[in-house]
Amino acid sequence: MPVVNIEVSETPLVLYALRRADDALILGHRLSEWCGHAPMLEEDMALSNIALDLIGQARELYTYAAKAEGKDNDEDKLAYLRDVRQYRNLLLLEQPNGDFAQTLVRQFFYSAFADLYWRAMMTSRDTTLAAIAAKSEKESAYHLRHSSEWIIRLGDGTDESHARAQAAIDHLWAFTGEMFAVDDGERALIHADIAVDPGTLRGRWLTTLSEVIGEAMLKLPQNDWMQQGGRVGRHSEHLGHLLSELQSIQRTFPGQTW
Amino acid sequence: MVTVLEPHNELRQRAWDAAASVVDPEIPVLTIADLGVLRDVVVDGDHVEIAITPTYSGCPAMNMIALEIEVALERAGFHRPKVRTVLSPAWTTDWMSAEGRRKLHAYGIAPPQASNSRRALFGEQAVVCPQCSSADTELLSEFGSTSCKALWRCRACREPFDYFKCH
Repeated sequence: MPVVNIEVSETPLVLYALRRADDALILGHRLSEWCGHAPMLEEDMALSNIALDLIGQARELYTYAAKAEGKDNDEDKLAYLRDVRQYRNLLLLEQPNGDFAQTLVRQFFYSAFADLYWRAMMTSRDTTLAAIAAKSEKESAYHLRHSSEWIIRLGDGTDESHARAQAAIDHLWAFTGEMFAVDDGERALIHADIAVDPGTLRGRWLTTLSEVIGEAMLKLPQNDWMQQGGRVGRHSEHLGHLLSELQSIQRTFPGQTW
Repeated sequence: MVTVLEPHNELRQRAWDAAASVVDPEIPVLTIADLGVLRDVVVDGDHVEIAITPTYSGCPAMNMIALEIEVALERAGFHRPKVRTVLSPAWTTDWMSAEGRRKLHAYGIAPPQASNSRRALFGEQAVVCPQCSSADTELLSEFGSTSCKALWRCRACREPFDYFKCH
């Protein structure tokens, strides 16, 4: 018997929490795919640890989204019983792991943003979001340090690692614009001091990128055409495959618990 | 009314002591009181509610801690205790007691440092080896055996050790 997708009443606040929850879950899941496959044990543990932090953030955000919605949904339903079109994460985060450089560049682009974003969110007038931010910003700082070190190591490493890192930067660059976009619903939350305007973070984000990428002897692309759609459910072909794995147990055995 | 308050306080203390006896399953020398995870205990008639706060967002020990609190409270004679998670104010390593830090060190885990050393993107911190107390140590990996620990090595005694990250 097919499992029916849940419906979510996406008020601006629900949608806001849901988008950040989806970001954390999808990137966390992508990183968890490295578990047992990373090039060395320390890195296997590092990527799994970062995945764990992100999935933890996702749980808190889903729980809050469900509470803000005030219906029958909870963190598990939001994670397991929505289909591709209902997911609201950034396109960047659902991109496949690719090689190690691609995974680390994706992580670096996002962590450099998340570090600034969560720190700014600590002063949100929404006390739950502020509390989630207080934890997440510390975790993001670790994640940023980890990926920054790798960008430098790869860029300033061998010809091979340099070429792969540069290819990853060039490939993923077009997905970064979406991090700074806002819609009308978010604009209202920004005016109410519940959300932060991500556009105000872009300058400092670019500074972090320039410093690290410069030291890594790599180059930022000059093109500014950006791909968007994840925030409204228009995803790349990769998300469906990811969800089929992430959701397979709940779709096969509805309501099953460990 | 004062006469009712007295036994109520005793009851709350008994509930607190039971909850405070629960240890972190990943670092069994630390109780949740040492860690600063135990926030509040409210006894209202037959109902007892324990408030805890998560350490790291994804720490898998939290589920087990909640379960063990329920068991400890049931053993202490409280019926159907409720465990509630509070997020605010967010836990930091500053919530860890001095006793907790001492226990960690004795257990072979370097306790967390003051929180202002955390921000530097590439800055090295001076972590003291819990085995030989040398400050000549180096970071091996930012991420260790659990979400709260990093892996370090002592250059003096050559022993690797866990460092409870500052959070």
